Amino acid sequence: MARLSLHNMQDTKKTFSIKGMHCASCVRILERALKKVDGVTEANVNLATAKATVTYDAGKVKDNYLESAVAKVGYKALINEEIKSEEEEKKEKQKELKDLRNKVIVSLISGGLILWGSFPGLMNTAPAILQNFLVQLLLATPVQFWAGLGFYQATIPALKHRTANMDTLVVLGTTVAYAYSAFVTIFPQIPKTIGIEPTPYFDVAAIIIGLILLGRYFEAKAKAETSQAIKKLIGLQAKTARVLRRASRPERSEGPPYLQEDMIEVDIPIDQVVIGDIIRVRPGEKIPVDGVIEEGESSIDESMITGESIPVDKAKGDTVVGATINKSGTFTYKATKVGQETMLAQIIKLVEEAQGSKAPIQRIADIISSYFVPIVIMLAFLTFGIWYIFGPSPALLFALLNTVAVLIIACPCAMGLATPTAIMVGTGKGAGHGILIKDAESLETAHKINTIIFDKTGTLTKGKPTVTDIILVTEFPISNFQFQMKSQNSKLKFSKEDIVLKLAASIEKGSEHSLAEAIVRKAEEKKLQLDSVLKFKAIAGHGVQGLIGNKKVFFGNRRLMEREGIEIRKLVQDDIEKLEGEGKTVMMLALCSHSERSEESQLIGLIAVADTVKDSAKEGVAALKKKGIEVVMITGDNQRTAEAIAKQVGIEKVFAEVLPDEKEKILKSIRQAQDTELTEGQVQNDNGGRIVAMVGDGINDAPALAAADIGIAMGTGTDVAIEAADITLINKDLHSVASAIELSKKTMRTIKLNLFWAFAYNIILIPVAMGILYPFFGILLNPIFASIAMATSSISVVSNSLLLKRHKI
Amino acid sequence: MDIDKILVGIFSLAGMAFTYWFFLMKKDDKAVIVKSNSVDVKVEGGYSPNIISIPKDKTTTLNFTRRDPSPCLEEVILPDFKLRKYLPLNKTTPIKVTPKKSGTFEISCGMNMFHGKIIVT
Repeated sequence: MARLSLHNMQDTKKTFSIKGMHCASCVRILERALKKVDGVTEANVNLATAKATVTYDAGKVKDNYLESAVAKVGYKALINEEIKSEEEEKKEKQKELKDLRNKVIVSLISGGLILWGSFPGLMNTAPAILQNFLVQLLLATPVQFWAGLGFYQATIPALKHRTANMDTLVVLGTTVAYAYSAFVTIFPQIPKTIGIEPTPYFDVAAIIIGLILLGRYFEAKAKAETSQAIKKLIGLQAKTARVLRRASRPERSEGPPYLQEDMIEVDIPIDQVVIGDIIRVRPGEKIPVDGVIEEGESSIDESMITGESIPVDKAKGDTVVGATINKSGTFTYKATKVGQETMLAQIIKLVEEAQGSKAPIQRIADIISSYFVPIVIMLAFLTFGIWYIFGPSPALLFALLNTVAVLIIACPCAMGLATPTAIMVGTGKGAGHGILIKDAESLETAHKINTIIFDKTGTLTKGKPTVTDIILVTEFPISNFQFQMKSQNSKLKFSKEDIVLKLAASIEKGSEHSLAEAIVRKAEEKKLQLDSVLKFKAIAGHGVQGLIGNKKVFFGNRRLMEREGIEIRKLVQDDIEKLEGEGKTVMMLALCSHSERSEESQLIGLIAVADTVKDSAKEGVAALKKKGIEVVMITGDNQRTAEAIAKQVGIEKVFAEVLPDEKEKILKSIRQAQDTELTEGQVQNDNGGRIVAMVGDGINDAPALAAADIGIAMGTGTDVAIEAADITLINKDLHSVASAIELSKKTMRTIKLNLFWAFAYNIILIPVAMGILYPFFGILLNPIFASIAMATSSISVVSNSLLLKRHKI
Repeated sequence: MDIDKILVGIFSLAGMAFTYWFFLMKKDDKAVIVKSNSVDVKVEGGYSPNIISIPKDKTTTLNFTRRDPSPCLEEVILPDFKLRKYLPLNKTTPIKVTPKKSGTFEISCGMNMFHGKIIVT
């Protein structure tokens, strides 16, 4: 694949593969040829990697200039290799399908005509020419060696490697039928001498080939459907971007800083967009790459990435994702991720990787398929021997036809297709709804989950806390303080509560805690001017302290107050408990009139901060509980607040006041705990404990996500989160947790049904083809029916996997 | 018992024994040690070479050239590297792998009938 990067402000650098290189002199020839192209400043060719790296002026040099320079010296430049290979793959598959269709038509027509001329009961109605054995030989030969050529082409090299597959069975089966028929047609006297009527079975060979090819045709079509999800994702990519470029040289990417007045809009191919490019998007257009809005606002349809059907409003500073659609306004944004770094590219990579992985359930099919074909060939020999020795007369014909039936009915393909096709459809289905599954193993494990631990902040709640209450808890000695309440608008009046907020915001400005952000934001809303803080200190798990003027200020939780020996009166305690009971986190502000701790320290105010519970939290939790899954909440917040939030969303079991590094320990203890509470049908892990999923934001919870049986990262598409999680939910909807488990359950059910069908089919029908029913019921399987059964067997497995597409998420 | 039946009985048993020996008792091929950073793999009735030894922490390009029309071999899967790739007939498809740990890793066709190994040392 060609890589494009910004070399400097003038030049573009491109790396691409070269075909046909074999020695060091090729390097020199190619470098010279590329350097001769007007506008190329540098060309380096590497023999080991067979790649050229060219630095050039994008305004002067086009891809085809480089391609023709390379072609002139006898090599081939693969500049947009990936795009071409996709097109090539598509063309190749279309050609294969067309060839297959032609072969099916010829085989079935020839086979049908032979059948008409040879089948007892039918042959009387056929023209005399079709009853002629030599004509039948003429009709059957092209079917055997033209339509069936692919079977031979696959079998011969396989035999050289001492391996065998389905083609080997088809070749053996049809060759036996064809060779016997040709022999009795050419030398009819020989079978007569041993008392056998010289009847050929060309119809068997020709129709078997026709039907198996027909089965392959439908199978290929159905298989193409299983990989539709990836094609659909690739198709989402915009082809061009409208970037702002300098009017004097629109062909070059300038990089920031931009002077908007000097810029014009230029449409460029998507692979030429570089980080920092300013891109304009109009209503109805596709957003080309990921970025941050610089100017304008709009409503954006992100359903193709998140599965969320309601458009999202975005304004300056908000991030936009490539491949989503701008619904209403026009805006400009700065590209922050391009090429393989965009969220769409990451999603495609993840889905491709998941589809290339192997589910543990497939192991059993792997073991059986490695012995399958040789065992079937051995059974065919056994069938021939038994029927010839013990079978009724004419024993040779019975032995031959039953041997052919055994070889033809065996279907290893269904076993091979049972798991991967379902995994492909399942992972693709998830990706279409914002559920990214890392690999087949995660998809397999997810349906066994019996305990789910939710992180509180940012997972069950929106992660955007706001100040809800400011309470003055003492008669504030304002006259003794020198704080000046200034405002940009002098007409504004300030309450004593505002002084509490101002002090808290001033000291929290230096903190990185998420609650600090809420307090500072509130102060900004109220246009309070913050004071400068000296000797700022953050005390982990407690709060912050610092000097404002000559006053020492403490702001934090109950633990901080206890540590500083600051009394919390009974009435204030009641207030705190009431607020915490409402699910709010209460922070306390205390002042000390001297710089040293003294008896004058006193609690002066409370600030309550609340994080809103996500709209989907209650229903999301209820959906999981309905599945019999135990839901647990884990948080660093205090017990009362945690319990209040848990109550709102319907969670009974809460782990509160948990320090970040303790989350992993708690998760492990749940995994290892031996308990008898599991209901029927729930699965235990290898240690007899629970199978636990952890749902978090993917960044702060990475260790806990990794320690869980299934780590589920919510609402983010960052590399870190995707790496740490087994399942990434791009949308922020908590219903998706239950949906992911349901998808896993449905996919596993499909795989099990496929495997059952594939095994049962072979286990039941191979003995039937061997003639096991003949002694009891006189039933034998005609080889033609065997080929119909075999062709439908693999189609039914693929079709069953495709039914997963109908599953509603 | 007639002589022809005895002969067919012997033929049948010999065929079974031969099949067992031919397919199930074959010895593993010797591993081809990749010294440069790429190796050509012919896809025809299996993978040649089918045991490839490559170094750890280095990127090796496996150039798969499919000569076999069987749909069985139209995809190659390296499950441990999470790779599934379509192999166009009579064309070379490069697949890059950078193993991060030592061990033996499987190569298989899309229908899991043909197998090979990558040994990482």
